[in-house]
Amino acid sequence: MINYDSIKHVRGESQFVDDFIPFEKILYGYVFYSSIAHGLIKCLDFTEALNVPGVKYIFTYKDIPGQNQVGGIIQDEELFAENKVEFVGQPIALIVAENFLIAKKASKKIKIEYEELEAVFNPREAYEKGLLIIPPRVFSLGNVEEAWSKCDYIIEDRVESGGQEHLYLETQGSIAFPIDNDCIKIYSSTQNPTHVQRIAARVLGTTMNKIEVDVLRLGGGFGGKEDQATHWAVMAALAAKKLNSPVKIILPRQEDMRLTGKRHPYSSDFKVGLDKNGKIIAYEVKFYQNAGASADLSPAILERTLFHTTNTYYIPNVRATAFSCKTNLPSNTAFRGFGAPQAMFVMEAALFKAAQVTGIDYHKLQKINLLEENDEFPYGQRAKNCRAKVCYDTLENKFELDKVKMQISEFNQKNKFVKKAYSIMPICFGISFTSTFLNQASALVHIYTDGSVGISTAAVEMGQGVNAKLLEITSKMFSISHSKIKIESTNTTRAANTSPTAASKAADLNGFAVMEACEIILNRLKKFAAQILNCTDEKEIKIRDEFVYVNGEKSNLHWNELIQKAYLNRISLSAQAHHATPDVYFNREKSKGQPFAYHVYGTALVEVTVDCLRGTYKIDSIKVVHDLGESIHPVVDLGQVEGGIVQGIGWMTVEEVIYNEKGKLITDALSTYKVPDIYFAPDKIEVHFLENSPNPFGPFQSKAVGEPPFMYGIGSYFAILKAMLEFKPDLEIKFHSPMTNERVLMFLYSTIREKIHNQIIK
Amino acid sequence: MISFILNNELINTDLPSGYVLLDFIRKNARLTGTKEGCREGDCGACTVLVGELVNDEIKYKTVNSCLFPLGDAHLKHIVTIEGLNADGLNFLQEKFVYQGGTQCGFCTPGFIVSAMGYFLAGKKINLDSAIEFIGGNICRCTGYSGIKRSLVDTINFLNSSLSKNGGVNICNVKNLVELKFIPQYFLNIPEKLKQLKSTKLTVDEKLQFVSGGTDLYVQKWEELFDKKIYLLSSQKELIGISVSNDEIVIGGATTISEIEESEIIKEYLPELEKFLKLFGSKQIRNRATIAGNIVNASPIADVVNILLVLNAKLNIALDNHFRTISIRDFYKGYKQLDKSENEIIKSVSFKIPAKNYLLNFEKISRRTYLDIASVNSSFFAYMDNGVLIDANISAGGVAPIPLYLKNASTFLKGKRINPQIISECIEIALNEISPISDARGSAEYKTLLLRQLILAHFEKFFPDAVTLNLVLREDLEVL
Repeated sequence: MINYDSIKHVRGESQFVDDFIPFEKILYGYVFYSSIAHGLIKCLDFTEALNVPGVKYIFTYKDIPGQNQVGGIIQDEELFAENKVEFVGQPIALIVAENFLIAKKASKKIKIEYEELEAVFNPREAYEKGLLIIPPRVFSLGNVEEAWSKCDYIIEDRVESGGQEHLYLETQGSIAFPIDNDCIKIYSSTQNPTHVQRIAARVLGTTMNKIEVDVLRLGGGFGGKEDQATHWAVMAALAAKKLNSPVKIILPRQEDMRLTGKRHPYSSDFKVGLDKNGKIIAYEVKFYQNAGASADLSPAILERTLFHTTNTYYIPNVRATAFSCKTNLPSNTAFRGFGAPQAMFVMEAALFKAAQVTGIDYHKLQKINLLEENDEFPYGQRAKNCRAKVCYDTLENKFELDKVKMQISEFNQKNKFVKKAYSIMPICFGISFTSTFLNQASALVHIYTDGSVGISTAAVEMGQGVNAKLLEITSKMFSISHSKIKIESTNTTRAANTSPTAASKAADLNGFAVMEACEIILNRLKKFAAQILNCTDEKEIKIRDEFVYVNGEKSNLHWNELIQKAYLNRISLSAQAHHATPDVYFNREKSKGQPFAYHVYGTALVEVTVDCLRGTYKIDSIKVVHDLGESIHPVVDLGQVEGGIVQGIGWMTVEEVIYNEKGKLITDALSTYKVPDIYFAPDKIEVHFLENSPNPFGPFQSKAVGEPPFMYGIGSYFAILKAMLEFKPDLEIKFHSPMTNERVLMFLYSTIREKIHNQIIK
Repeated sequence: MISFILNNELINTDLPSGYVLLDFIRKNARLTGTKEGCREGDCGACTVLVGELVNDEIKYKTVNSCLFPLGDAHLKHIVTIEGLNADGLNFLQEKFVYQGGTQCGFCTPGFIVSAMGYFLAGKKINLDSAIEFIGGNICRCTGYSGIKRSLVDTINFLNSSLSKNGGVNICNVKNLVELKFIPQYFLNIPEKLKQLKSTKLTVDEKLQFVSGGTDLYVQKWEELFDKKIYLLSSQKELIGISVSNDEIVIGGATTISEIEESEIIKEYLPELEKFLKLFGSKQIRNRATIAGNIVNASPIADVVNILLVLNAKLNIALDNHFRTISIRDFYKGYKQLDKSENEIIKSVSFKIPAKNYLLNFEKISRRTYLDIASVNSSFFAYMDNGVLIDANISAGGVAPIPLYLKNASTFLKGKRINPQIISECIEIALNEISPISDARGSAEYKTLLLRQLILAHFEKFFPDAVTLNLVLREDLEVL
């Protein structure tokens, strides 16, 4: 089983927005953006810039015929800053010119003066100042206040987790061009075509039916193109309309990194209470989310943080409070895991610290607190088909944990400065959009008269293999070969009012929609086949391997012939179906409900080696038992697990987003922002899919796969900490990710560091 | 006029020599399989092969086309992913498909080209050295597992196919064509290259020197792309490694890869090969030159760091005037050199080390490979009877210039190494530096890191002297 897209990938024939066959004439846009974090625009002068030969026009908010507003959940984000800028990188104008270099050159000739205002970058400071995107959210279960008195141990600490740049290899980009009847067509590298369509209509002051958005594929998204692909697509549309010409905007890497938001950094406080056996009695946590300058998807991300407060553990008394704090940074946005990794990191930190204080082994604490069937989550849903324990136990046995422990201990005895350690990371991730209304999708299936099939859905292919899965589903439904099926581009005229390709949910939602549309056509075909084969009961008709079977007997009627005949008999060979996930709901006032169709479980074993002299480390291996249901596509699913793991490890370790004291991103290039390379990635990634674990809520008993594996990476932080403790048992534990080489060394040698600070640096 | 073969097509173009090869491929030739991912040589998505006739035999190497001046393609064979495609998929491509070596597909052509560059490099093949060739390619989707599986399968296939056909496990153009890894037309390329007219490219009146271009094209490609630049990498007399009297002489335009592979270096300074693996990526090392690393004057230049302890001499030329200067005196301030605009470094030389030398290079960066150091440090010494008779330490990333730690080095001379001496040496060294905080680390970290790297030097040669107590002694008065 292969992913058909990949045949073109390996030949370099897959087209991305920047590769599309050029128009005879096309103009290029370059974004002019704020160089300060907070301030008023006092003067903006384009005179010199407009004099650069080849410059066609410079757009500002004044050129917008509709609303200068791109906000989704909350309308708090201007496309172009009007009078005030709120972060370094905020778009102020779009220069359109004959080519990219002219536009960029002209941008340097724009004169701008600001009146600087005080800027806030720290979420706690924003909270103190009352700068919140939405009112605080609280999830609770039981009664924490009463529970504290029942605890033998109460442990508190602070946890910091860093941001993360998406670093999709294909930067943000779009092409827009005018078509007949005042319409605009947009090719965009977006995970959310309908959002682009809606916002383009809003900004252009037109209706959604006059904007067509088409998405062929993305060179990676990871959430970074869910909301934030919109700006560039809308700018291109605005310019295309005004200049009556195709306009292309491709963000150069540095601008992509500076202008777009990242994973939210969180600062959190936890208080955890345990009984003397290590059972967690109560857990209280406050999350300060660094949202950046506008809402974007932050409120939804904040909510998912709360949903995953207790990860895969059962805690009877919980109170989790979350603040979405407005700061003068680019608006942080969706990123694989969507707020859950931040919550799980805090939960693990609490357990790790509890282990330190109580003397009970960290992994024993994990095990005795794992979720069991029917345990209640803080949001009221109960764990069903709970696979937390079976994953954990399978991991320990399958990967011979006892042997691993022994090898590590032997190694550590022999080595003075280099230490090894392991850690275990169990996860539980809820599947569905937590905004219930988004749990819908539609599919349009055409069978053409030659028997070939075209499938249009809301799903966007961004490397996650959703097209391969939809192809597999279609092939199974019709029992026809892969070569007969084409998965079409995602287009707003064929799939309307689509939900974003996000929340790991695209294959589930669109897969079911495809199944339902196929079913409609299949029923027509069976009825028709029964007629022409003189069979009284259409239930006796089956299609298998492209032939019609009657009562289990193969007939001579081939798929192609059947389709041709059906057409001549005026049977509809097209169907559209809409799927909505059943039985999910969530009451936001009460913060209770049944938001998830099901949960994904799994456990990872991470092994690391830390060089405590140099402060460097290597992630040696990660071994996983993962609950996937029955895989629709093992190659795709394995790739999702492996890729998610490495991205998660990157977030916890090597990837560090740094802004300077003026709010300017200093890790704004691949030379300063490092993601895992082939050497950094663990030498060994072993993935074991839990056997015999069907999922009745997924297409063909499958489970969603995109996000959950990301969180296995959290284990790498604690494995490194454990290795550092092997070297320095009195190490002062800190929970401050990412665990860069710098942090390893600074934590290990904190006293010497202080001396350096006092004696040399001052 | 620049003349070269792009895949199987002859190109003659009047574009300026400073034009960027990537732009030529994507915009002028409309070959979109080569991708732009970062335009600074840090992702590998734009990797292409450059084939050059050396003694009538064609040698291919991988380069980042985003940092490659079009002029350096002159008389060469440039191969993009399209030029590697035959009918259907080759074995490697097929493995990428079946083993999950590709997801979104954006980085994939770069990986295929890099891997093919590896097979064409004429080496015994195994996974470790293959990874070295694709270490300069970033993938954000797969976590590299599927890519490694694809490589392992391909390497096994090649090794078994080649050993069947006569036992020499070395790939070359001929057997790769036979095994359908590369298209047939590769066989005719050497003949076609010979027929290209070797015209000399014109240069602008105001000379703009470009050597490997691996930093210039990151910093200011927009200033270079319309210029007729002076291509140092095409000057044969500036390339090569030789022994002259008691010195090793390295031509200024010699690439880091050429130094890595040099038999002379392997004989006299075998450790260097391993150290240089930490320099950039394969693609970068195939282009970056020793003189480029020196004149770029980055305080964390890796090669300079080593040359400082070797006390290398720079042989500087202005037309036919020559002068020599020690690399330790070459740097005057941040990015300020003892060199006029039109002078070039013709060669770099240093004394052949005596057999009993001690050499160590330490480099710590955020990521071990394809990254710029937070701090790097080299140590070069001779010992007699347990006493250091000559010792040299350098430190990068802790001052405006690549730093030779003069005081610490002087201090070590005549010393017998013990924890106290190490401790004092560190204190002296840390007083010679003036680090600043930046994307590569805070000033405190860099100071602490240099302490650790000096400890690491001693740990390598005097493991007993580097006690846990010394390393962890937090009560110590001196640092």
